Amino acid sequence: MSWIDVGSIEEIPLRGARKVKTALGCVALFRTADAEVFAATDRCPHKGGPLSEGIVHGQSVTCPLHNWIFDLNTGQAQGETATIATFPVRVEAGRILIDGSQLTARSAA
Amino acid sequence: MTQKLVIIGAGMASGRVIETLVDADPAAFEITLFNAEPRGNYNRIMLSPVLSGEKQYAEIVTHDDAWYAANNVTCRFGEPVIGIDPDSKVVQGKNGPVAYDKLIVATGSAPFIIPVPGKDLPGVITYRDLDDTNAMIEASAKGGKAVVIGGGLLGLEAAAGLAERGMDVTVVHLMGHLMERQLDEAAGYLLRRDLEKRGITIRTQASTKAILGDGKAEAVLLEGDETLPADLVVMAVGIRPEVRLAQEAGLDVARGIAVTAQMQTSNPDIFAVGECIEFDGQLFGLVAPLYDQAKVLAHTLLESPDAFVVRDVATKLKVTGCDLFSAGDFAEGAEREDIVFRDPSRGVYKRLVIEGDKLVGAVMYGDTADGNWFFQLIKDETDIEDMRETLIFGPAFQGGSPSDPLSAVAALPPEAEICGCNGICKSTIVEAIQNGAEDLGAVKATTKASASCGTCTGLVEQLLQVTLGDDFQMPTAQPICGCCDLTHEDLRRLIKSQELKSQEAVWQELGWKSRNGCHVCRPAVNFYLLADWPLEYRDDPQSRFVNERKHANIQKDGTFSVVPRMWGGITNAAELRAIADAADKYNVPTVKVTGGQRIDLLGVKGEDLPYIWSDLNKAGLVSGHAYSKGLRTVKTCVGTDHCRFGTQDSTGLGIKLEQILWGSWTPHKVKLAVSGCPRNCAEATCKDVGIICVDSGFQVGVAGAAGMDVKETERLIDVPTEAEAIEWTVAFIQLYRENAKYLDRPYKWVAKVGLEWVKDVLSDAQERERLVAAFELSQSIYRKDPWAEHAATAKAFQPMADLTLEAAE
Repeated sequence: MSWIDVGSIEEIPLRGARKVKTALGCVALFRTADAEVFAATDRCPHKGGPLSEGIVHGQSVTCPLHNWIFDLNTGQAQGETATIATFPVRVEAGRILIDGSQLTARSAA
Repeated sequence: MTQKLVIIGAGMASGRVIETLVDADPAAFEITLFNAEPRGNYNRIMLSPVLSGEKQYAEIVTHDDAWYAANNVTCRFGEPVIGIDPDSKVVQGKNGPVAYDKLIVATGSAPFIIPVPGKDLPGVITYRDLDDTNAMIEASAKGGKAVVIGGGLLGLEAAAGLAERGMDVTVVHLMGHLMERQLDEAAGYLLRRDLEKRGITIRTQASTKAILGDGKAEAVLLEGDETLPADLVVMAVGIRPEVRLAQEAGLDVARGIAVTAQMQTSNPDIFAVGECIEFDGQLFGLVAPLYDQAKVLAHTLLESPDAFVVRDVATKLKVTGCDLFSAGDFAEGAEREDIVFRDPSRGVYKRLVIEGDKLVGAVMYGDTADGNWFFQLIKDETDIEDMRETLIFGPAFQGGSPSDPLSAVAALPPEAEICGCNGICKSTIVEAIQNGAEDLGAVKATTKASASCGTCTGLVEQLLQVTLGDDFQMPTAQPICGCCDLTHEDLRRLIKSQELKSQEAVWQELGWKSRNGCHVCRPAVNFYLLADWPLEYRDDPQSRFVNERKHANIQKDGTFSVVPRMWGGITNAAELRAIADAADKYNVPTVKVTGGQRIDLLGVKGEDLPYIWSDLNKAGLVSGHAYSKGLRTVKTCVGTDHCRFGTQDSTGLGIKLEQILWGSWTPHKVKLAVSGCPRNCAEATCKDVGIICVDSGFQVGVAGAAGMDVKETERLIDVPTEAEAIEWTVAFIQLYRENAKYLDRPYKWVAKVGLEWVKDVLSDAQERERLVAAFELSQSIYRKDPWAEHAATAKAFQPMADLTLEAAE
């Protein structure tokens, strides 16, 4: 794992989300509680809705386009057979660290 | 051979080291104990009961003079240590040097002082030792106002103690809820409620800017320039390890003094213990790990092998009447599940956090009897899979009864108002039921409850069930969502009657089954709270759908549309030029004229929103709220200004209405129109409110629709003057805001409550006046341009980080 500091947890509103641009497309960071952050792909598998614009509740997010609900622990869509990719993320001393080894897949590699 | 052991600091950790040493081998060491405080070891944890007056200092002394004498400890109390010389193995005290074979640094911690102007004024004290406690007791004797900065464990204990001693206490806390390191929001809410009940004012998300005063502390200045008068300021924002001596002696120091699992510092003859150390990247502030360290250190000195291991610790607050418990890790982490239990009638909240088949965290409030049992499950990493279903009921789960969905209604006090229309309280209804009114119709007939608008029907039915038990067959009402058992109507009424003014209050008092609602109930709760408590509750963007949070309509490709307001459909060349310039500058692919008489710029990128808004703002254009559950447009015809048939100034009235109503949040979108004559060019007869001007005045129609349903407006009233038309319109919209179900357009709401009821309410001049005033009060907060506000925080619309650049390296 290679942890990359992507910013302060305070930059994400409580029960809100922000996105991070990566080589694999946008990754959404969801702040579900004071010091609880999840990372998942920002694209809903249904119609491509930006999940970082959805309503964050409990440890889930609802897609803003058609209300698909994803469990942020597993990426599983509620009542559907689809999943979204989730990524390791942790919070340390108020900074958000995301595992870069999965996200910076180099074209040279 | 007896070795010379010198200890710097007579706190709880070093006290436990001495106890363990003299118990095991009294002859092993000749001990010299330094303490900067002029006293020996006392139980610091019990300072809070001393502050509150429940205990005296003498009762919390752990080691008195006789004990030190009996155990041959040379005490040098009240004498600060000036330095350590590790080469010659000498400790330099203020009154002279002492040589050592082994040295223990137990300097503890120092309170953290936030670096604001005025921090050194007399009257600003910290809360750490007996002297601080005595200073607070002395200050409180004069009464007056105290401000405690810091809403953590220590700050709250100080606040409760000072309140107990008669001071008027305000707690200023930087974070969103109290004790955020130990509690989640729900438990934080309950704690706040209990502290407020005992007269303590709590200010969260409040940042201290300065302490003001001439010669002594007189007030605390907050960010936002509010001042809180204060005769006493207590700073309890945290502690940091006291490492100065260790640093000067050349020991390895990170945040604390670095030690091994044997408590050894980077110098083999120097050890450290307690709050001053750092082990494995962690600091320690609670007593349990300190005692573990003390035992390990004593064993190390006696050359018996032992190692310190970091364990989970549990927290309890020592404020009488505030029963809380927190243990383990309940905050962070993927792969975790929650079990939540709430019993509003008893003010109980319990949350267990489970990872895999193990319990990893527990937060409890109100009933903490099972705390230690849960703590044991966490520490032992017990497999809880088999008892998962009933785990939250604790060790006595076999007898545990499931939570009662009716408990919220059962918990209401007798004087709680159930039927707002007729002012009927719970006790009246219960009495009627007990006297034989055993169904809804009978209750309606005898008490008038739910006989008017009918929105309290669900509550009356629940009262029937609570009172009659199984004798009453509950009709199945549709709850809002899976998070609760309440209908929208019940929820609205309970928010009003129970005076619930925050989301946490709703979750707790009404027994929500999820942590913070879902995308169905939370936007509704957010609206009900802001509509009923405009001053106490503020709109929460995180409880709004994307369009209302972004103040723009999301399109199917993830871009947004931007619609500036055109008051009454009127614009001018300068505005049109600004719109054209913006369309050019931001490469807007589609520009469309809308049905609401304005212009839509479609296909704007999310990142560009704050910039295009800023440009439009400069030309005087503001948000058209084309995205909100609020006032959209007021469509007008040209009226008497230009039209030969016009009877009144319909354009002018439309503009006036739009300027009064814009920015307000409503249950669903609201569209108005004003036509200048019955030819109705503005299509006013299919709007939520549509006004037709006639020679004799204004015909105000309401509850029209032209969407999924098409419906003509119904006449609310005919009035002779423009002022009355405005008054009736505003009163109608406020009545709709106060009573309708979230996401019901006015025509749906009117169909439920009946136009007659609406007319009855609004024909009361006093009630109309109240409704207009209530609307104005809410508008004093919400009648402003969200674009201007958000343009100032453009950064929040950009990606937080761009890792594609890292990939290229």
